[in-house]
Formats: sequence, C-alpha cells, structure tokens
Amino acid sequence: MNNINRSRRNFLKTGGALALGGTLPISLVELAFAEASQNFTFAYISDAHIQHIKGSRFVRNWDRGLIRAVAETNLLTPKPDFVMFGGDLAQLGSPAELDHGAEIMSALSHKVHYVMGEHDYYLDLGVYWEKLFGPQYHSFDHKGVHFIVLNSIRTYDDWTYNRWPGNEQRMLEMAGLDNPNGSPFMVGEEQRKWLKADLAKIAKTTPIVVFSHSPLQKIYKGWNFWTEDAEQVQALLKPFKTVSVIYGHVHQIQYNQIGNISFNSVMATAWPWPYPASYAQAQHYLPKLTVPMNRADPFFERDATGWQFINVANGNVDLNFTLYNNTDRVVRFDKTKKHPADKDYQTENMRIDPQQHY
Amino acid sequence: MARFNPITTVFAVFGLAVNLNAAQADEFTTVDEQRWQQQFMDSVKQGRALWTSPTLGSNGVACAQCHPNAANTHPETYPKFQKQIGKVIPVWEMVNWCLRNPLEGQPLAADDPKMVAIQAYITYERRGVKLEPGKH
Repeated sequence: MNNINRSRRNFLKTGGALALGGTLPISLVELAFAEASQNFTFAYISDAHIQHIKGSRFVRNWDRGLIRAVAETNLLTPKPDFVMFGGDLAQLGSPAELDHGAEIMSALSHKVHYVMGEHDYYLDLGVYWEKLFGPQYHSFDHKGVHFIVLNSIRTYDDWTYNRWPGNEQRMLEMAGLDNPNGSPFMVGEEQRKWLKADLAKIAKTTPIVVFSHSPLQKIYKGWNFWTEDAEQVQALLKPFKTVSVIYGHVHQIQYNQIGNISFNSVMATAWPWPYPASYAQAQHYLPKLTVPMNRADPFFERDATGWQFINVANGNVDLNFTLYNNTDRVVRFDKTKKHPADKDYQTENMRIDPQQHY
Repeated sequence: MARFNPITTVFAVFGLAVNLNAAQADEFTTVDEQRWQQQFMDSVKQGRALWTSPTLGSNGVACAQCHPNAANTHPETYPKFQKQIGKVIPVWEMVNWCLRNPLEGQPLAADDPKMVAIQAYITYERRGVKLEPGKH
C-alpha cells in the first residue's frame, strides 16, 4: 500500500505543480483490504468558513482556500469514489454563504457527503443547509465499510431555543470559538438512539468510519474541542472490531487512540488554530500521542492548511500529511503498540522547534 | 522686630516639601488600587471587544477568528526579531500587520487608545507567563 500511496502522492505533486504550482490541500482517504480490487479512496475537505462581507463580496482569503482544494481534488487519479466535506462551509450560516460555498463545491466531479458544522447550523438550525446538502445525520455502506455521518454540534435545548432573542444573535454567540456565552457540543439523545439502531444491523467485524464535526473525545471545553456526550457515543462504537472517527472543527493535526477507536482530525482550508496549550489560562487534554503541527507562519496565507492521505489498512488508519511551507508528516497506525504514531517525530527528542507551541 | 532666621525658614520649607511628597507617593489606599485596576481592566475589556469586532478591519474578519483568547500572539516575547519583517519590532507592529493583511484594514497609531487596549487584552490573556523577550 505504501508503494501505491507514494506513487499517487508523486502524481499529486506533479499534477499540482503542473496545474497550480503547488501541492494539494485535501485529504485522500484510502481503504485497503485483502483484495486489491476492493480498495478505494475518498477525499476530505473541511472548514472552509465562507464569509459574506456584503452584496457580492466574500472574504477572499477563505474563498481561495476552498477554491484551491476543490480544483486540486478534481485532479486526483485514480478518481476518489466520493468526497467528504467536514463541516463549517459557512461562517455565519446565511443562505448567501451556503449558496456561495455550494457554488464553489459544485465544481467537484464527485458525489459529496456533507457534515454539519456549528457555523452552518445555528442561524436556522440547519433548515437551509438540509435543502442543499441532505440529512443532518445518516449512514451509508460503501465497498464493505459502514460510514456514519453525525451532527455532533448540537447543544442543550435551553441554550438553543430559550436563551437568545433572535437567530442571528444565537449564530454569532456560537460562532465565536472562545466566546464564554457558547455552549458545549453534543450528539444528543435523538441521534444516539438512531445510532444504536443503525449499528444493530451491522456485523461487529465490519470496519466503521464515523464522520463528525467536533472531536468525539474531550480535549478542551473552552473552544469546543469537545463533545459533551463523547463517552456515550464511544460506548456505542465499542463492540466493533475496528472504528475510525474523523473530525474537523479543530483546524489542526490531532490523533488519538481510545480502546478500539482511532481518532484523526483533518485540517481546515480557511485558517489554522493554535493548540490549546498556547492559551496560558486553559486546562486542556490534548492527546499525549499528538505531536503538534508545525507552528503556522501568518505571512504564508495557506500555511498550516495541508492535505493528507488516510490509508485505512484492515480498518486502521495511516495518515500522510502534506503541510504547506513545511516538511511533510506521516502518522501511521503502529500495529504493535496499537495506536497512531508519527514516523519521524513521535519520541520527544526527535521533535523540531516549530512543533514546540507555547 | 523679630529677626528673620534663614536656617529655620529653610527647614520649614524643606519639611513641608517632604510632607507633600509623602502624601503623594506613599499614602494610597485600597480604594486607589481598586480604581487603578478598574482602569486597566476597562482597557482590557475594550481590547477584548476590539479583538472580537468584525468592524476593526474592512472585511468582517476578527482577530479572534485565528487567535481565540489571543493565543499564539505571545506578547511576552516582544520586542523580538520578527523573521518575516527582518528586524526587531514591538508587538504593536505585528498587530498592525494583521490589521492590514487578514483584516484588510487600516493600521492604528502606536499610542491610539485602541492599540493600547488591544495590547492590554493580549497581555492580560498571558498573565502569569514569564517574560521571554526575543524568544521566537
């Protein structure tokens, strides 16, 4: 599989250089099984944050990130079976933003599955988004893998329905990542009940891949790198042999292993976020396994938005990150230790200065 | 008619001056301290409002979008050699770089109360962190 990955990656680099003069900020996910004919790939784009200024004007910087990802995804050979969008297509959930984002995404020549982000949701609770992109949560099967899409950014009903005088204010309050008036994300009882019923039909040996916007683990509550009912969702996934959770929202590389569940984040096309440790007043739980992404250089507009191959061999995930303006990263599932590990930087003494965030 | 004693007069004037100095420099109260703290926190609060404001720049982008809780601004390392600019600069020059670029706005003067407030806010979020001038 490594040979296949490498050759594809070389193609991507060549194709990107020819067409756009750069590398590709998308996630290519490859699922590998015993039979090569069963292998397939999908691409992953996330956190575009298309932001309306007024009239026909949108924030150029964020537009460029998504336009580039879409253009480069179209260059992938072999063509991925489908594309995932990991949530936060819009910044403030308006029809103008969702329409503009959908217009950019419409250039993709693939089937796209969308995950709901809080920036898409809290204006009208997903009504317009559903018209464009389909149900807020669902599952589908593809070549022997069971995929689950959750809306993990819901919260307490009281906050959603009773706290704010208008929908616009509710959206603004949730849009501020560090806003103390926000509320913790959760999957909620309705979807957990649905998930339980959905999983009841699936063999315990079937590889499960779950897409959520927020991490289905608890990292830092202050910025909602957090899902309030994470443990309850994890418990539903526990009986399965191999489970992978892939999430957006955090705009940075994170990985973790909890029992049978591998966790991996994807990067944003819009902008990177600091690690919680760089906020001196925060108590956080960044997974100890995670070697941070290199510190972003704001003078390179697309720095720290990269792309990654995710190779799921027998259900375990191997990630090949390409970072703009930085050295590539490879995070592979270590079959002996049974958790993801960075190929070069995992041990403390191998880390480089730009990974020392503070 | 009493004679004027220059020495006594000098002592009297000097003594008066000492007393005045004592009153101005040493005799402050808890109320004073609370007022000064309040003045500072008002500036922090104004800085936080600017940090999250979509109107500080021209395109609706706010500082907090990339720097939640002013994280990764590390004011405790300034002045420092800013590698991208190629010289030693104070933190307000980097704030202006952000105002001009991601926020597509106008820079602020170094002594603009808004710039002071922004620096009060980002420094307050780093309270307790040791000074490391020059650190990248």
